Amino acid sequence: MANLKNVEKKTKAQAMGMHTEVLTGRTQQKFFNPDEAENFYYFGTYDVDFNKRTDLDVKDMTAAEANKEIDKLMSEGYGTIVIKNPQGKHSLGVGILNKLNLIFEGSLGYFGMGSCDGPIVRINGRVGWSCAENLMAGKVVIEKNAGSCFGAAIRGGDLICKGSVGARTGIDMKGGTIIIGGDAGAFTGFMMQRGRIIILGDVGINLGDSMYDGTIFVGGEIGSYGSDAVDAELTKSDQDWLKRKLKVAEIGEKFDVSKMKKIVAGKKLWNYDNLEPTEKKGAI
Amino acid sequence: MCGIAGLIHRGKSSNVGSELQGMLQALKHRGEDSTGYALYGDTDGKNFIMRFKVGENVGEGSSSIVEDVSVYDERKKIVDQTLLDLGAKIVKEERTLPYSLRYEIAYDKKDLLDFSQKIESIPGVEILSMGKSLEVIKDLGNAKVVCDRYSLDKLIGTHAIGHARMATESGVDIKSAHPFWGYPFSDVSVVHNGQLTNYWNNRRALENKGMRFMSECDSELIAVYIAQKMREGASLEEGMKDSLLGLDGVFTYFVATKDSLGMAKDTMAAKPLVLYESDDLVAMGSEEIAIRSVLPQEIETYDPFDGEVKVWQI
Repeated sequence: MANLKNVEKKTKAQAMGMHTEVLTGRTQQKFFNPDEAENFYYFGTYDVDFNKRTDLDVKDMTAAEANKEIDKLMSEGYGTIVIKNPQGKHSLGVGILNKLNLIFEGSLGYFGMGSCDGPIVRINGRVGWSCAENLMAGKVVIEKNAGSCFGAAIRGGDLICKGSVGARTGIDMKGGTIIIGGDAGAFTGFMMQRGRIIILGDVGINLGDSMYDGTIFVGGEIGSYGSDAVDAELTKSDQDWLKRKLKVAEIGEKFDVSKMKKIVAGKKLWNYDNLEPTEKKGAI
Repeated sequence: MCGIAGLIHRGKSSNVGSELQGMLQALKHRGEDSTGYALYGDTDGKNFIMRFKVGENVGEGSSSIVEDVSVYDERKKIVDQTLLDLGAKIVKEERTLPYSLRYEIAYDKKDLLDFSQKIESIPGVEILSMGKSLEVIKDLGNAKVVCDRYSLDKLIGTHAIGHARMATESGVDIKSAHPFWGYPFSDVSVVHNGQLTNYWNNRRALENKGMRFMSECDSELIAVYIAQKMREGASLEEGMKDSLLGLDGVFTYFVATKDSLGMAKDTMAAKPLVLYESDDLVAMGSEEIAIRSVLPQEIETYDPFDGEVKVWQI
C-alpha cells in the first residue's frame, strides 16, 4: 500500500500510483507571462477592421467552400461580413476564432456557428439543431426560432434566440449565457454544469434534469422539473443581473423579472465528495 | 439516421411528385439505401389504385434473393385470377418494372381486409398501397433515381409524404422501405424516423388481433398500430395521440390519409423535425433544407415540441 505520509514532492494521487509521471512543464502562470506575449499565436486568427465590410453570396457554395471563403476574407482584413442566401445550409460559420461582425441574411441548418471564439453574429432567420455548439466567447443573436440542442456545451459568450427553441437547450453547458425570448422544449439545461439560461416563455418537461450547477431563470410555465432541479430564491442581485442582461441582449427589456422563477441544482446527485474505491482503501 | 418529408396543399393541387422528389433529394445524405413516396393524386375517386410488387429489386446493394423473372410473371397471373375471384375488375394495368405493378381496379366492397389477405396469401406478393388517391412507390436508391425510374415528377395531387432510408435494423429491400401502407385501410400511409424499442411486444399483441406485418422493420409497427386504433373506432388524431404512450423509443413520424396529413413527435423530442405552416401550404422535413427545396425564399419555420401531434386537412 502506498505510504500516504511520504508525499513531499508528489501528489497524493501519484503516491497512490494513480499517476506515474511527474508534471514538470511550465505552470499556467508562467505560460501566460506577458513578457512572452509576442511569441503567442492563436491559430486561425487575423487582424480585422470592423469598418471593412463585404458581402458573400453562398447560394451556390457548399458549407466547406463558404467557410473557407469567410476565412479568406478575414485574412484580407474584412471585419464585417454579410452572408447572403444561406438557405438553411448546415455547418456555416463554424470555427471562427476571431473578433468579427458576421451577419447572415437568412436561415442556417444544423451546427451553425459551432466551436466559435469571439465573433459577434446576427442571424436574420432561424437555425437548426445544435447552433453555436461549444461557443467559447462572443455573441450570437438569432432573430427567429431555433432547433434542438441550442447552445450545447457552450463555455462562454452570449447566445440569444428571440423566438422559441427545441429540446435540450443548453445541454452540458459549461459557462456563458443563453437567452430565449419565446418558449423552450423538454430537457432544457439537461446536465448543465455552469452558466445561466434565461427563458422568458414557457418551458417543457424535465427542466434542468441532472444539472450539476448553473442557474436557469424561467418567466412562464414549467412543464415539470427534472431530477435534482429545485427552486431557489430570486434575489435582488439576480433581478439586477437579469434586467441588465435582457437590455444588452435587446430582448424583453420591459419584462417583469421579479416574477421569474430561479432553478438550480439540488446537488443530491453529487458524488464529488465521495472517495474513489482505491482512495477508500488508502484511507483505511 | 433517415430523412422524412411531407407537404400538403390546402385548397389546391400541385405537382407533388416533383416537389417531394426535391425535398427527399435534399435529405439524401440521411440515407439513400431506399426512397419511398406516398403520393395522393387527383383522381375521379371511382376506382381503387393498387400498387403491388411480385418480387424484389435485386440490384446492387440489395439484401434480397435473386429470382428468375419468369416467377414474377407466374405471380402476376395468380394475382389476376385472384382479383377475378374476388369480383374485382382490372380497369387499367401498368407494369413499370418486372417486379412492380400498378392496377386500377373497380371493386365495390369497402372492407379491404379480406381482399388484402387473399392477394397477399400469394407467396412473394405484397400490396404496397391500396386506395382511391394514394399511391406508394418505393424502391432502392435515392429520391431522384426512384423518381426517374417510376416517372413520378409529373404527378399532380394535394399532398405527399416520403422517406429517405438508411437501413439499420432490417434489410435493404423494398419490403423494409417506407412509406408503409396502413393495412387494411384505404389511403393511409406512414413514414417514420427513429427507433421503436417495444416493437416485438406490440407486434405480438397486434398479430393476435389479426393485423399483418410484412417486414421486420420497426417503422411498420406505427402503420399497423394506428390502423388498429382506427379499426377500434379512433380518429386519426386520436390514434396518433395514443401512439405517444403506446410506442416506446424515439420517433418522429407522418401519417397521411385521403384528405389529411399529420405529424407526431415522441416525448423526448429526440428526432428532428422542421415545420413550415401557412394558409395554403404545410411543408415539413427532418431538416430545413428539405423545405427550402420548395420554398427557397425566407420563411418562418419552427421545431414542433416534444409529444406534439398535429393534423392538417386539405
